[in-house]
Amino acid sequence: MKCKKCGAKAQVNMRQHKLALCKEHYLEWMPEQTERFIKKYAMFTRHEKILVAVSGGKDSLGLWDILTRLGYQADGLYLGLGIDGGINYSRESHRLAERFANEHGLKLHIVDIEKEYGQPIPTLAERSHRGYGKPCAVCGLTKRHEMNRIARDLGYDALATGHNLDDEAAVLFGNTLSWSADFLLRQGPVLPATEGLARKVKPLCRFYEREMTAYCLLRGIEYIYEECPFAEGAQSIYYKELLNKLETDRPGAKLIFYLRFLEARKSGELFVQKDVEQAHLHPCPKCGQPTSAPDLCSFCRMIEKVSPNV
Amino acid sequence: MAVKLILRDKEYEVKPGMTLLDSLKKINILSESVIATRAGEMILDDEILKDGDVVKLIAVISGGSSGYMRHDTVGECSVLRGAR
Repeated sequence: MKCKKCGAKAQVNMRQHKLALCKEHYLEWMPEQTERFIKKYAMFTRHEKILVAVSGGKDSLGLWDILTRLGYQADGLYLGLGIDGGINYSRESHRLAERFANEHGLKLHIVDIEKEYGQPIPTLAERSHRGYGKPCAVCGLTKRHEMNRIARDLGYDALATGHNLDDEAAVLFGNTLSWSADFLLRQGPVLPATEGLARKVKPLCRFYEREMTAYCLLRGIEYIYEECPFAEGAQSIYYKELLNKLETDRPGAKLIFYLRFLEARKSGELFVQKDVEQAHLHPCPKCGQPTSAPDLCSFCRMIEKVSPNV
Repeated sequence: MAVKLILRDKEYEVKPGMTLLDSLKKINILSESVIATRAGEMILDDEILKDGDVVKLIAVISGGSSGYMRHDTVGECSVLRGAR
């Protein structure tokens, strides 16, 4: 297969675009496309300060690389979760995130959950009895809370995450199976800032996970290849595999699924629009972040529950 | 001799002369879910695999809660929700 731009041997084939590219042209194409998506969805400008949530994985490191190459003011945020799983998972992902920052001269904020809240994620999950034996729910809750807190405390204009199209399609698929209208209405490339919540953007939302892996391999970005030890059997992975089966037979199916959803959501065809962000939300009396709970937000309730001093 | 394909800690062998895509089908791996490299170079589905080739397959799927997705639980079943 030949590169569509120069005729050299292609290294990446994107069947959904009928586009094969060599290494050189692929490494040009990815940032060009990212820039196109940033502008199309009005995510942020070069005058704004962006905080990139960096996990040490391919998507977040690839995103950070692309944004800085494009000239955006992008600092990183690494959250130390304290997950070991016999493979030093958090320690290794921390090392890779820090290494990338040092090699590229970038600023990386590091927040250690155990230092902040007295316990690592697995202990928080165990003591709070949330998540039915798996720490994923507590991990997700804590990450969302902390990313938002740091982005706002440090005055960043937007928080960028490395969600790719496979992530978005898997969430969409899960929420469609259960017809979770309220969650479907909140999904999109940009979640505007509201009272207590930083703007969240997903510049990679139209790239396949495969494309992000190819980008990191061709760019020489070292990322954590091992899965989180708690990810085994995760529903998100199951949905991604299902969607990849569909994609194998119908190239472009994942992309169309997501893009048609965005179009339908925007046009109001799907559901009656309402002010979903502000509906039933009020500031948590402790941390000030918005919550739909009657008193403290879920995160603060969890911390109160596990704190020995309360 | 044969063609060896390696994915994480698993090794598979297929007959030479097939394309990468057909070789992956033989071992029930979706080509959408991996990137194949041979001697450090990425190769595509139409590449004919030769006797003695060693192909390293890199899994592209990641997940669990690591994608900053809302991951609520209902009963025994984890349900992914919209991200915010």
